Amino acid sequence: MKARTSILLGSLSAALVALALTSPRVVAADKVDPVADAKAFQNFFFQKFPTVKHEDFVNGPYSMNEDMKRQWQEKEEFPPYEFALDAGKEMFATPFKNGKTYAHCFPNGGIGIRQNYPYFDEKEGKVVTLELALNRCREANGEAPYSYVKDEMASLTAYMAFTSRGKPMDIKIPDDPRALAAFENGKRYFYTRRGQLNFSCASCHVQSPGERIRAEILAPALGILNAMPIYRSEWSGMGTTSRRFITCNSQTRAVPLEPQADEYRDVEYFLSYVANGLPISGPGARP
Amino acid sequence: MKRSLALAVVLALPLALSLAPAAHAANEADYKTAYSAAEAAAKEAAGLRHQWTVTVSTLAAAKKAADGGDFDRAVAAAREAEALAKASVFQAISEKEAWKAMEIR
Repeated sequence: MKARTSILLGSLSAALVALALTSPRVVAADKVDPVADAKAFQNFFFQKFPTVKHEDFVNGPYSMNEDMKRQWQEKEEFPPYEFALDAGKEMFATPFKNGKTYAHCFPNGGIGIRQNYPYFDEKEGKVVTLELALNRCREANGEAPYSYVKDEMASLTAYMAFTSRGKPMDIKIPDDPRALAAFENGKRYFYTRRGQLNFSCASCHVQSPGERIRAEILAPALGILNAMPIYRSEWSGMGTTSRRFITCNSQTRAVPLEPQADEYRDVEYFLSYVANGLPISGPGARP
Repeated sequence: MKRSLALAVVLALPLALSLAPAAHAANEADYKTAYSAAEAAAKEAAGLRHQWTVTVSTLAAAKKAADGGDFDRAVAAAREAEALAKASVFQAISEKEAWKAMEIR
């Protein structure tokens, strides 16, 4: 009887030891670790394109193709986004009906802060993008919000990005489970296949940067938002980050979400965070 | 001879019966059944936030054909829309785990 009890106790202890040894690994595998994710993300691109300077990834397809880069550098002498930049500067300085301006809504009067957006708002428990913050500023001052996909929003963000040019992306993830969940949700959205073409964001921008898709050269995902907003020749106009996400969805034959949906806010948070340290280059110009 | 004729009839009858629905022209009731099945599947896909643009356009094409009285075309489009919607639901469910395979680690 004694022998039986000791065998039973022995087996139980062995099982407990085994559980104790294996469970931390299970937890570790599921743990959200943005620092490790960002490191792995950047290393992937640095190793895949060893000749591309790290800060050059923010220039999208131009970092992948020398001919395109030369054409773009020539275009930059008279950049197609210049009109939006001028309009944005004027809009930014023009007071609302109540006499206040956008500067009242942002730290440092809204100058040189693009690299800190999106941020996680601990009061709201959600990600706040620059486009969302601009519209909230308008509404708080009695103005109607702008469309997230049209020229006014693109002009405002173009100006704000311009005042941050060269500053390294600096997105913070506070020690808040909701912030970690938002990051993870953004990551999931980025890698999830959708649409009839069964493409994820990563299908183009991780698996195939530098490759052609029809006439276009695909941009790397690393630093892809640092250049936003962008003038696209294909659009014959400026496009916001919201417009970019919506267009990407439609191109895979997925019905896009509403602008500034939680998923879009979270994927912007994820993509911006993994580009930390790379310079803001917006507004950008793309074919 | 009589026996083989009877056998031929027995063999041909099920074949003729199985072909019969294909020859049958669709009516409004067929369309309504097919459309509501497609609509239910599309609603499920939308709820999962995985709707496909082609599902929406094929559903619209079904409705347009029905409005014009072309129920054959309407039923065919509705069935296609249902298949597309079901495929998008499958995609949404399988991607709940499958996305991890693409992740950079």
